[in-house]
Amino acid sequence: MDFDLSPEHELLRQTIRDFAAREIEPVVEEYERERRFPTDVVQMLGPMGLMGVPYPEDEGGAGLDTLAYAIAIEELARVWGSLALIVAAHTSLGCGPLHLAGDDAQKQRYLVPMAQGRVIGAYGLTESGAGSDSGGTQTTARHEGGPDGGTWLINGGKRFITNAGQAGTYIVTARTGERPGGGAEISAFILEAETRGFSVGRLEEKMGLHASATGELIFQDCRVPAANMLGEHGEGFRMFLKILDGGRISIGAMAVGLAQAALDASVGYARERRQFGQPIGMFQGVAFMVADMATEIEAARQMVWRAAWLKDQGRDYSLAAAQAKLFASEVSQRATNNGVQVHGGYGYVEEYKVERFLRDAKLTEIGEGTSQIQRIVIGRKVLDLKIV
Amino acid sequence: MRIVVLLKAVPVVGTERLTSDLRTDRSGTLEANGADEYLLEAALKLAETSGAEVTLLTIGPAGATEALRKGLAMGAASAVHVADDQISGSDGTQTVELLAAALGRLEYELVFCGADSSDGGGGVVPAALAVRLGLPYLSYASQIEPAPDGSSVRIRRLNPTGYDVLEAPTPALVMGTQVLGEPRYPSLRGIMQARSKQVQTWTLADLGFEPSAVGAAAARTAVVSAERPPERGGATVIRDEPDAAVQQIVEFLATRRLL
Repeated sequence: MDFDLSPEHELLRQTIRDFAAREIEPVVEEYERERRFPTDVVQMLGPMGLMGVPYPEDEGGAGLDTLAYAIAIEELARVWGSLALIVAAHTSLGCGPLHLAGDDAQKQRYLVPMAQGRVIGAYGLTESGAGSDSGGTQTTARHEGGPDGGTWLINGGKRFITNAGQAGTYIVTARTGERPGGGAEISAFILEAETRGFSVGRLEEKMGLHASATGELIFQDCRVPAANMLGEHGEGFRMFLKILDGGRISIGAMAVGLAQAALDASVGYARERRQFGQPIGMFQGVAFMVADMATEIEAARQMVWRAAWLKDQGRDYSLAAAQAKLFASEVSQRATNNGVQVHGGYGYVEEYKVERFLRDAKLTEIGEGTSQIQRIVIGRKVLDLKIV
Repeated sequence: MRIVVLLKAVPVVGTERLTSDLRTDRSGTLEANGADEYLLEAALKLAETSGAEVTLLTIGPAGATEALRKGLAMGAASAVHVADDQISGSDGTQTVELLAAALGRLEYELVFCGADSSDGGGGVVPAALAVRLGLPYLSYASQIEPAPDGSSVRIRRLNPTGYDVLEAPTPALVMGTQVLGEPRYPSLRGIMQARSKQVQTWTLADLGFEPSAVGAAAARTAVVSAERPPERGGATVIRDEPDAAVQQIVEFLATRRLL
């Protein structure tokens, strides 16, 4: 057993850390304050290979593995939750389905430019009445005959879509019929942002992650060619379960990065800030909070890395990913909350950044399956019972 | 055009420590010397524009591998690592002898190196190495332009009123500055490609050196004592709007008779 990262993974981590400190950190405050999507920053990531870390080079990616991807997301989240989420949603949810189910032509046309960072990707699954219950999907796609297999006419809408309005390519799910048992038959489609009948609706004003875009997708007689169906007809549900498994690793990594940011800030502050004639870190009340943060973060990171490693080994990682996401996101919430606490009054003001980590971390307990959904996934696997 | 870039592995800036016998402690994490990275960047640009081939050369302990790995990930084609336990404690003169011997086994038109290192900071190696090898020495380059056929090289060196232009036939040694441009970040693809690039490790025996010729015992210079710099006084940080800030800065300087 070897707990050391490979030299390549170490260099990757150091490279992103240097890059984030020098190029990203100085601009974070401005974008967050103005709630502006960081197009300029995202454009810098593509040439470095950060927009397609785990995908092969012939698909436009950097040719690294899931572990490298998790490290990258963690390091980005350590300086900027919004950017980590943009990259995670693009990579896992935008590129992921194309990598998993795309045919050669779809990969060349859509995945390559996305993984190279020239086009941002997004994934439209959630609807106002259908989140984890994807069976409630109301968006429909109706087939119409014509040359080249005809077209699909999509109607309906999606909500809470990360990278909405910024993406050039969307992967969306829609009902294409009914299953023999009566449930919804879900298929996935590749949608170009310029497609007629497609528009982006309201952008949400969120609690945190202010520089990331989250919004509504609207389909009104939105017509896509039959060649843009992704994967087999009716396979959209199964595909999205797999995609969410992988996505959980990246949200877990993001949670670890935010927690680490809170710890880094707290260590610095607890050593500097003096009360009653000594650094506040010398008081057990503060030291124990920091000790708990450091311990839990380490455990969370190991779980995320192990889930990534299992995926890279081609083994079943579904349970490990749900556990890692559940644990890391709850650690992140505790650690960022304690980060504010360690900073006292300064923690509550924006200048000290730790309040941002707390607001951002909350998303990791919700996105890509709430903590409660993770517990259902884990409970089902552990108990082998149909928990509801 | 073949360029050898001298890339020293130094302790991570800010973590430098001396050992009890007043040598730089190299047992911790090492990184590529910042001043050398500007030259590596200049070399890599030449590799892109004119197909130059870039080789890294370093002398250092096993930990220097990380600095080489980064240089290879940035785009250098290959690397040579001179490593031997006996080298520890060598001074500038011995470093120059070792580099000269290593360069003697390489083919090149240009040798690039930074002005100094962030650990030792002696700043004597570039000039001494040029003298030792009998190469033209073009120092403090802010721009480097080899002739298309590689037979000569021209550099610019900033001066207080503009810049000087120096030209020399190759092979030549160029010492440059940060004006050459910020070093690039390794791309992720570059990091993966670095795995398959060649790193040769040469020992003292490979270079034809007797162990007794190098190391602390044979050094011609010795560090006699070392002291920490005095703590800096408290800084005054002015956060006002520019107009008010300027006024305060002017007053600050005026009260110290600096204006």
